Amino acid sequence: MAQDASHSTNAVKRIWTVFVILSVITLVEVVLGIFRPEVLINTSFLTMHLLNWIFIILTIAKAYYIVWSFMHMEHETKGLRRSVVWTVVFLVCYLTFILLDEGTYIFNVYKDGYIQWKF
Amino acid sequence: MEATVEKTGTEGKVWGGGHNSSPLKASYGKLMMWFFITSDTLTFSAFLAAYGFSRFKFLDAWPIADEVFNHFPFLHGVDAPMYYVALMTFILIFSSVTMVLAVNAGHEMNKKKVTLYMFLTVVGGIIFLGSQAWEWKNFIKGTYGAVETRGGRIIQFVNTEGKRVALADFAQPLPVVREAHEASNGLWYAADERPNPSFSLEEVKAGFTKNDNILVRLQNNAEEGGKVVLSREESLAVMNNQANLVVEGANLTRNEYGHPLFADFFFFITGFHGFHVFTGVVINIIIFFNVLIGTYERRKSYEMVEKVGLYWHFVDLVWVFVFTFFYLV
Repeated sequence: MAQDASHSTNAVKRIWTVFVILSVITLVEVVLGIFRPEVLINTSFLTMHLLNWIFIILTIAKAYYIVWSFMHMEHETKGLRRSVVWTVVFLVCYLTFILLDEGTYIFNVYKDGYIQWKF
Repeated sequence: MEATVEKTGTEGKVWGGGHNSSPLKASYGKLMMWFFITSDTLTFSAFLAAYGFSRFKFLDAWPIADEVFNHFPFLHGVDAPMYYVALMTFILIFSSVTMVLAVNAGHEMNKKKVTLYMFLTVVGGIIFLGSQAWEWKNFIKGTYGAVETRGGRIIQFVNTEGKRVALADFAQPLPVVREAHEASNGLWYAADERPNPSFSLEEVKAGFTKNDNILVRLQNNAEEGGKVVLSREESLAVMNNQANLVVEGANLTRNEYGHPLFADFFFFITGFHGFHVFTGVVINIIIFFNVLIGTYERRKSYEMVEKVGLYWHFVDLVWVFVFTFFYLV
């Protein structure tokens, strides 16, 4: 029984820690979003400027904490964890790549090709 | 006797099958919730990826989110980009926290605590829904107003310092009575007719010609960041030759912020997410009453709270991504 009680206070502590982490990440995102530092916008890395990379990485970090801690993924078996996470990661990467790549292609057709939209 | 096989040789093996083996060590209900969440994640990522596709396709006609969502309650006319969505994000994260606390209290079989935390979660969800309604209201109403060109592009107005100017600030009222076409007037064929905007195109044009310090801003991205602002001569030429329609606020056909697809995706994605929040609140309320009448106390397990908890966290998770891709990136 005593072990149970200490386990549950630990769990509560962990919940508040995760809450603080999520809040801090959100705050950082908001502050960066409001000020948009020139340096980060002007530096490009792999066709996207640094600020957007920071936003996306922070978002994935948030998603990790929500799924692992709040949704108890860390306590599930390896099989369940992998069947959910890998499926989503693989399909989302594929989908994003295909759509964003094609979107850029069509943008270039509008920009340089015979079809123009400038009226 | 030898012929009767009673053992399959898979006893003790996790993946050997049989009705007693449960390799994932999760109950049926929880597993199905994970199935649902996985498929719903794919739905939402398809929406967001489609948003990205359209944005990349019309990169030269896409609005800047900071300029669109810059309202905060009781701060009229103050430019407050992101504050409000940040607040909404905090509300949703916090209601996620109360949800885990409820699940945790459920593990301890503490009915009082579960009740309290479920209640707080429901309240958080309702506040979030209200905030979203307010956000929609501002988006639909619009702030500055804009003009659509014959080609369907949106042009906006700035002063010489580059600050946005509302149509009401410079449009010149003309002594003409404008009448809205209505079906009751026999104009059944003009079903497309929208209610009259606050100013007619002539009034906007007249005011624009009179005020020398107003310039036209296009949707095209400027080299040095931001949008292209035309010179006074170019502005006049655009206004006199291409202006076609006064646009105020947003609907599914056109919006004053930029490309029509921007508003379409905004309504659809935040709407679909809001619908998830709404169903989440409804399910939470049902579970809350079940907790109150002691259903789970008698069942000796609060796993049901855990299952709706999974759904509720998922809704929070989706919002985290919507927040990033609609407001930040």
